[in-house]
Amino acid sequence: MNLAEIIIVGAGPAGIAAAAAAAHHGRSVLLLDDNPTPGGQIWRSGAQSSRRRKDTREDAIKANALHQLRSSGATILSGTRVFDAPAPSTLLALRETEADPEILNLKYDRLILATGARERFLPFPGWTLPGVFGAGGLQALVKGGFPVHGKRVLVAGSGPLLLAVAAHLLDDGAHITSVAEQAPISQLIPFAASLWSHPAKIRQAISYRTALGRTPYRTGCWPVAAFAGETTGSLKSVRLTDGAKTWDEPCELLACGFHLVPNTELASLLGCKLHDGFVEVNEHQQTSVANIYCAGEPTGIAGLEAALLQGKIAGLACAAQPTNSLQARNSTAKKFATRLQAAFRLRSELRSLPTPQTIVCRCEDVTFQSLASRHSWTDAKLQTRCGMGPCQGRICGPAAQTLFGWTPTSVRPPLSPVPISALCFHNSQQNTPQEIA
Amino acid sequence: MPENVTLHINGAPVQMPTGSVVSAALLKAVIPPRRSVTGEPRSALCGMGICFECCATVNGIPHRRTCQLICSDGMVVETER
Repeated sequence: MNLAEIIIVGAGPAGIAAAAAAAHHGRSVLLLDDNPTPGGQIWRSGAQSSRRRKDTREDAIKANALHQLRSSGATILSGTRVFDAPAPSTLLALRETEADPEILNLKYDRLILATGARERFLPFPGWTLPGVFGAGGLQALVKGGFPVHGKRVLVAGSGPLLLAVAAHLLDDGAHITSVAEQAPISQLIPFAASLWSHPAKIRQAISYRTALGRTPYRTGCWPVAAFAGETTGSLKSVRLTDGAKTWDEPCELLACGFHLVPNTELASLLGCKLHDGFVEVNEHQQTSVANIYCAGEPTGIAGLEAALLQGKIAGLACAAQPTNSLQARNSTAKKFATRLQAAFRLRSELRSLPTPQTIVCRCEDVTFQSLASRHSWTDAKLQTRCGMGPCQGRICGPAAQTLFGWTPTSVRPPLSPVPISALCFHNSQQNTPQEIA
Repeated sequence: MPENVTLHINGAPVQMPTGSVVSAALLKAVIPPRRSVTGEPRSALCGMGICFECCATVNGIPHRRTCQLICSDGMVVETER
């Protein structure tokens, strides 16, 4: 299938809700997703033996959403990433199975972007050591079969994800040494108090905190360096500070992420207008490009419930169905996003963590020192190759933005590395407009 | 479905629960998938296909993101050494 009325990019909660809503109204829907199975990061499925945390309410929401998707008639293509939009209403995607990758030329009437978010990483000495992961990153790998039973894990960084990750790792048998949240308690209390209108979130936070028992949850505390054992080369401790005192905490693994950044690269490539780093949408989740919609985290980091709701709105809107009954809840979700951003605002001390030798761009091993004299993101790219490696600046871009205030420049295809054959395919398409099956 | 699968990393067998991703097998075996441009050992960071730190050659195809690839029996993984 290479022609669909509605193509959805991203099979996390927003994409799943959008696909189910549109397909249930009789539209032909194609759901593309980079991951091996639908569910996105929050519902990432895993290895058989991995022990799952029992959260009946969360499990029921997931089961229901996946059931709605499977019964909707939407076509799902997993292991598929979009890398170009060479013409209006056209996407090129690479489907990576175990065998040779396959290139897909896809056409749509309406497109829904549900590309989710990734973690923000901030460089500090030792952050490139094996054993240092994203917080959600370690959780994903544990779901994927990495055994952490009996391992000492420090969870650090910022955002509500830290508690969730710590609770899940604990269920998988890890020993959580502590959870270090950079935001000060003075920022978190007003946020917690504002949650009265989100009882589900309060229930969840309490359940995570209860699960953690006596594990310390330190606010206003952040990592300044990670150290490897001299003989082993693997992580042995992490230096933490609360601004007044500094101490080393022994651990084998560090799960560290500084809240989330939206995946807006495809939206940018398609010409959708961004505001403050997020994709601008109207009440129907429609972007500045008339036949392109966007739902979930790329429009504002607001979590699971907002993603499901906005996905449904986008799906219904694309199927020409009314969305009035969902509007009030969506406006509550948007307010939550604003409060979340304020509560987990990054402290300025995090900008002074790198030493001159600390690597900022991991793909090209570009140090803080070589970036400090550059004037802009473009200047840094041209002079140092920062952001020019395989991740295309997705890791170091947000880091450089935090460290130097550089804003990312235009996005160009391919959005991520593809085999040369994919680029040849693109060119042959430009020369011969007929569709290749 | 069998409970486990066995893949080979740099020639050595590694057993993983069915449904595991290849980067989890690399972590379990304590083998960094890649060397950075200045020679540092690197392993998976983001776990979700964004950072490209877990890339390795799988069944002869180079630059596969091992965190997005499910392990299968007899799979052959080669890392940069």
